[in-house]
Amino acid sequence: MHISDFLKGSPDGIDVKGPGVLCSFEICGITINLTETVVISWGIILAVTLLLLWLTHDLKTNHISKRQVAAEWIVTTVYGLVEDAMGKRWRWFAPYIGALFTFSITGSLVSMIGLRSVTADFNAPLAWALITFVLIHGTNIRTNGIGGYLKGYVDPVPVMLPINILSEASTPVSMSLRHFGNVVSGMVITSLLYFALSVVTKSIGVAFLTIGIPAVLSLYFDLFSGFMQAFVFIMLTMAYISNADGRNEA
Amino acid sequence: MDNNEMARAIVLGASALGAGTAMIAGIGPGIGEGFAVGKACESIGRQPESSGAVTRTMFIGCAVAESTGIYGLLVALLLMFANPFINKL
Repeated sequence: MHISDFLKGSPDGIDVKGPGVLCSFEICGITINLTETVVISWGIILAVTLLLLWLTHDLKTNHISKRQVAAEWIVTTVYGLVEDAMGKRWRWFAPYIGALFTFSITGSLVSMIGLRSVTADFNAPLAWALITFVLIHGTNIRTNGIGGYLKGYVDPVPVMLPINILSEASTPVSMSLRHFGNVVSGMVITSLLYFALSVVTKSIGVAFLTIGIPAVLSLYFDLFSGFMQAFVFIMLTMAYISNADGRNEA
Repeated sequence: MDNNEMARAIVLGASALGAGTAMIAGIGPGIGEGFAVGKACESIGRQPESSGAVTRTMFIGCAVAESTGIYGLLVALLLMFANPFINKL
């Protein structure tokens, strides 16, 4: 291999694909695609459910096992986080936040065992962001009533109506795009790096560059970025929902 | 080179240029996050006991500030891997 081949790249080139469609079927004239994302999501849900069943079976009040300590630590951490960020009144929100965080982080980290990240499909973060969107507006309507909720759109002057609607609609879009963009950019940069390293290896014939270097980047893009985005997602969810209520007490 | 091939080449070249130009969006978040982290370091230096809360807030702020950069990145990725213009020829 010559240096000109390196500049040209490999013949197959780099191709970044969306999630593959495993099978598709039709219900009432609507085509439903069973994609990789859906299947891996169900796998994650099953795995997490089994893990939690294992963690929480056979709980005792004294002589507790290590397993129970871990389970209690998870629960108290999530509840503590929610109370810190939203206030004691919102304690009942912790299960949703915990589920969102778990799903998001396992969905990102699943790439470490060679599967496609669930969060690298825009549909997954969008679905979570839409649930949050419904919760924000539901909370707002429940606290202020439908009249007060609608009045919020013409606040402080009716001219602001389109701007208010736009800012409300941009919330789920920006939340989901941020999560998706971070994960998918990590995926693309990692595949670019693998490509470059494999081309270099081919040109010099010794495979020393492919050892170690991808691991460091994977540590950042998969572990750190996945954790950070999951954390940011739940923090924003909590901030938006507790703001929607209008009563500002901690 | 026939006309269609020429048009294709122009679209591909312009898309590559556009993808590069879109990444100028990386400047803004870079500067902004630099400021944010600098301020966070200052405030941790002043009040080391509140470092946990400061770090957490800083990470959230950084992640939010990053979103404009990520929009730019998405545009660049779209132009590189899912070019919408090449099918319009």
